[in-house]
Amino acid sequence: MTDTSLQDRLNQMLGQAIEQVSAASEFKVVEQLRVDYLGKKGRLTEQLKQLGSLPAEERPKVGQWVNQAKQQLQTAIAERKAELEQASRMQQLTENTVDITLPGRGLHRGGIHPITRTLERLQQMFMSMGFVVADGPEIEDDYHNFEALNIPENHPARAMHDTFYFDAHRLLRTHTSPVQVRYMNSHEPPMRIIAPGRVYRCDSDVTHTPMFHQLEGLMVDTDVSFAELKGVISDFLIQFFEKELDLRFRPSFFPFTEPSAEVDISCVMCSGKGCRVCSHTGWLEVLGCGMVHPEVFRYAGIDAEKFTGFAFGLGVERLAMLRYGVNDLRLFFENDVRFLQQFN
Amino acid sequence: MKFSEQWLREWVSPKMDINTLAHRLTMAGLEVGAVEPVAATLKRIVVGHVLSVEKHPEADKLKVCKVDVGQSRPLTIVCGASNVAEGIKAPTALVGATLPGGAKITKASLRGVTSSGMLCSGSELGLEEGSAGLLLLDSQSRAGQEIMDVLSLNDVSVELDLTPNRSDCLGVYGVAREVSALTGARLKTLKVPKARVQTKRKVTVTLSAKKACPRYTCRVIEGIDQSANTPLWMKERLRRSGLRSLGPVVDVSNYVLLELGQPMHAFDLGKINGGIKVRVARDKESITLLDGNTVKLDAGTLLIADNKRPLALAGIMGGEDSAVSNSTGDILLESAFFSADAISGRARSLGLHTDSSHRFERGVDPSMQRVALERATQLLLDIVGGKAGPIVEQQSKPHIPKHKAVHLRHERLQKLLGTRVPARKTEGLLRRLGMNVRTTTQGWHVTAPPYRFDIHSEVDLIEEVARGIGYDEIPARALRGPISLQIAREAMVQHNSLRHTLVNREYQEIITYSFIDEVLARQLDPSTEPVRLANPIASDMAVMRSSLWPGLLQTLAYNQNRQQQRLRLFELGRRFQGRGKQVKEELLIAGAICGSRTREQWGVTDRAVDFFDIKGDVGALLALWDVDEAWDFRPLEGHPALHPGQAASISRQGRRVGRLGALHPGLQADLSLERPVFLFELELSALNAAKLPKFSEISKFPAIRRDLAIVVGESIPAAEVINVIKESAGIWLINLELFDDYRGEGIDSGRKSLGFGLTLQESSRTLKEGEVDNIIDLVVAALRRDLGAELRN
Repeated sequence: MTDTSLQDRLNQMLGQAIEQVSAASEFKVVEQLRVDYLGKKGRLTEQLKQLGSLPAEERPKVGQWVNQAKQQLQTAIAERKAELEQASRMQQLTENTVDITLPGRGLHRGGIHPITRTLERLQQMFMSMGFVVADGPEIEDDYHNFEALNIPENHPARAMHDTFYFDAHRLLRTHTSPVQVRYMNSHEPPMRIIAPGRVYRCDSDVTHTPMFHQLEGLMVDTDVSFAELKGVISDFLIQFFEKELDLRFRPSFFPFTEPSAEVDISCVMCSGKGCRVCSHTGWLEVLGCGMVHPEVFRYAGIDAEKFTGFAFGLGVERLAMLRYGVNDLRLFFENDVRFLQQFN
Repeated sequence: MKFSEQWLREWVSPKMDINTLAHRLTMAGLEVGAVEPVAATLKRIVVGHVLSVEKHPEADKLKVCKVDVGQSRPLTIVCGASNVAEGIKAPTALVGATLPGGAKITKASLRGVTSSGMLCSGSELGLEEGSAGLLLLDSQSRAGQEIMDVLSLNDVSVELDLTPNRSDCLGVYGVAREVSALTGARLKTLKVPKARVQTKRKVTVTLSAKKACPRYTCRVIEGIDQSANTPLWMKERLRRSGLRSLGPVVDVSNYVLLELGQPMHAFDLGKINGGIKVRVARDKESITLLDGNTVKLDAGTLLIADNKRPLALAGIMGGEDSAVSNSTGDILLESAFFSADAISGRARSLGLHTDSSHRFERGVDPSMQRVALERATQLLLDIVGGKAGPIVEQQSKPHIPKHKAVHLRHERLQKLLGTRVPARKTEGLLRRLGMNVRTTTQGWHVTAPPYRFDIHSEVDLIEEVARGIGYDEIPARALRGPISLQIAREAMVQHNSLRHTLVNREYQEIITYSFIDEVLARQLDPSTEPVRLANPIASDMAVMRSSLWPGLLQTLAYNQNRQQQRLRLFELGRRFQGRGKQVKEELLIAGAICGSRTREQWGVTDRAVDFFDIKGDVGALLALWDVDEAWDFRPLEGHPALHPGQAASISRQGRRVGRLGALHPGLQADLSLERPVFLFELELSALNAAKLPKFSEISKFPAIRRDLAIVVGESIPAAEVINVIKESAGIWLINLELFDDYRGEGIDSGRKSLGFGLTLQESSRTLKEGEVDNIIDLVVAALRRDLGAELRN
């Protein structure tokens, strides 16, 4: 056997093997071909085994040929295996494709009540101005709800508070102002507080519910004037509605403040042009405020010569209605989930 | 307070239109609630002079009239009114006119007679609610004149929403005085001529309650003509102020009340026995009032009485007995000053509120009584005639309110308003308001006029100055001064965190009324005596809630009735428990769920919620305070609202913090709830401090897990099994999961199989297999010994 014919045979074998490998469409066929050619008893391996029968001077050369053929075949097998693996992975991915437009699973999200949502915003705004949250009982006594706020018995202002009573002295607070009294009794100025909470009035119709929420504010310091009151109220209202508003402060009357004011904003529904919500006046009344009356300071044991202060009280439902366009106050307490979910 | 623009302008007429004036008033603290036209625009309605009236040939009730409407020829108009008569003048709607009610006037044949217009009543023109006949116009009016002009209908009614401190503006004259101060326009002088005294008849007056009534004036008017009609101009003014005409005597007293703010009263002189006594009621006295109601009087109520009996509730309402009637010939006209303290609260305690009490309890000008009496006399004599007697006046001068001077300091004015007001301006503003102003070294001594009852102290004057310059002139300034940061302690669980924990578990927050139905309250919490309102607004809102569950359950029912099957609700609010002054208000968070566990979704089989779903939700809340191990869940027996086999109390360190369970099926049926409901309630006051995190080393060595299936008696609680495992496994047990609870096939009846996964780990080395085996053996032995448990095959 000549060198050439040996080399031809090797080449022929290699060619055939590579052809088979590239034709193989399954991983296990490729593996079988590897065993057939390169395994312990494989055909190429056999060629190496036969090296011993060759003349010594030819062995290196033929050995090199065989090894080259093995290497080429190994490379071809590895490449083919990689190709097949890639193809099978691709197929698997295709099979595992999902309709990503199907809805997700698990729990959804609930929501907080629109009044809580509004109160949370209000509290954040005032806390950023250095106000702290104060609290008081909802079952109050005559003294804290009226007398200490300069509303003596038989004062006509009492008629404006349709009060729920338990007995001659105990009642459901008609406003959050008693918290002012309690706080001033137990703290020393300077003070900046807000008191959010439930209040009660014996009144129920389209625009009144027997329970609603107020947020009371109080600031007492040595140098607080009506100008600061105007500053705080303007800042907060513009922040609350997140738009520039026209504001007007009108003289009004509350027994516990003097001077007193009611604050109107340009109607947020019609921008002051006049609509049903603002009774075609272009203005919406949103809160009452004023400088703390010296009598209230006297009841609280605070020196009215040294300290001045302002207080304000706002209706949370009213602000929530204006903010979210709710047209019926009673919806807040019917708790229809189809209403509540609109605020989630 | 409602009045017409024309009436006001009679007293003061600033050069501005009514809307500008209304704005000025509003910005000065006299809020204008409404400005409305006093009548619809009436076109082609003119004065008609009835020249002749003839019977209709075909109809008994109709008449055929010739009416002069200022045209070249009189019109023929068919009319059915009973008071149509030759010579009268009445509003006549010409062909082409439209009445306020919408009717169009056309030429029409009425039973064969062509009618070319319509003679009108007051109600047909929208000027009265009901009319007895044609509106009779003043004989001075000229045929053909527009009715709008004749009746001065180009007018508006102004409604003032007055605050209780401004009683001085409860009369047109008072409003005019304020308008004059605000605008500088000249106020017409209030001057009423004294009536000529034509009879000597008088009634003696005894003031025995001098403090309550320091001044009482009255006079007799003899021989009035009750058939006289209130003139149209006065009826119109009353109408434009929102009052109906009720006959000349009442109309005059209302007119004076509206004009001068002084309430008046007229008695039938013939019904008065002896003299007038102004005194307080004796015990058990009663009076039947003009409205027909008989009221029992509290001792101390101020009365106008005669020698025998009460005649009127002073300043509130007259009595029926002494009221002026159609047969009254002589009257006694009263104009008194009652102190606000004497009237305040009285009317309200009797459920009354009158124009008179409204004024007296806020304060009436104590210098107005005689003026008002003269004014009423003048008007009455004009309308009903008669002879006036002398004015009888009894007074106790020391008791008539006199305002003290109030010191207003420059420095204080500036400090409170935050802006400087020039001294001259301040003085001018106060003087224009009728105040007496004297300069002092620091400011001014200011005395308010008698009609201002709201100027007691320096701040009241400061408000007057602020009103005077306008609140708009005060700048808005940002807050100054140090802010003391008061940040909540880390260990405080914020209400927000609670809310949002539940929101993330698909709960919807609700807010329900604090007062509930007593029946429901007792059903859910029979052992608590509810805190009861004395004057509830409705019977189903009569008691304060002692739990949040009633509100939650009612809301479940409300929504269930609106096709909502799956509900997850919570509320954060107070409950009220206790008696008398010892009512405790405690903050709770409570929830209720019903329906399927998740919203319907594809590829998942769902089931209804059960006890363990809500227990998981409660666990998520409790985790905000402490680890699972800190909470002790015990069966809760005998809770009336809960299923006896599915109810638990929750405590931490022996302190009860809440409860949860299935709503009792009986209650569920009573409340018409279609599906089982699960509830929880946590007392936030019992849950103050949360555990703060504390670091411990993480083991670098592998953990080993062993699963254990045991069979125990069915009645043994899982918690007990867990305790035995934990105690016997010792400190290497770092986690224990209960993964199975099985009863049924393969397990003897009365027993159950529980599956546990134990994870063991040592912090400083890897545990050996043998060590783990030993621990498991110890655990199994302990379970066998303590609970009679066996390993499951």
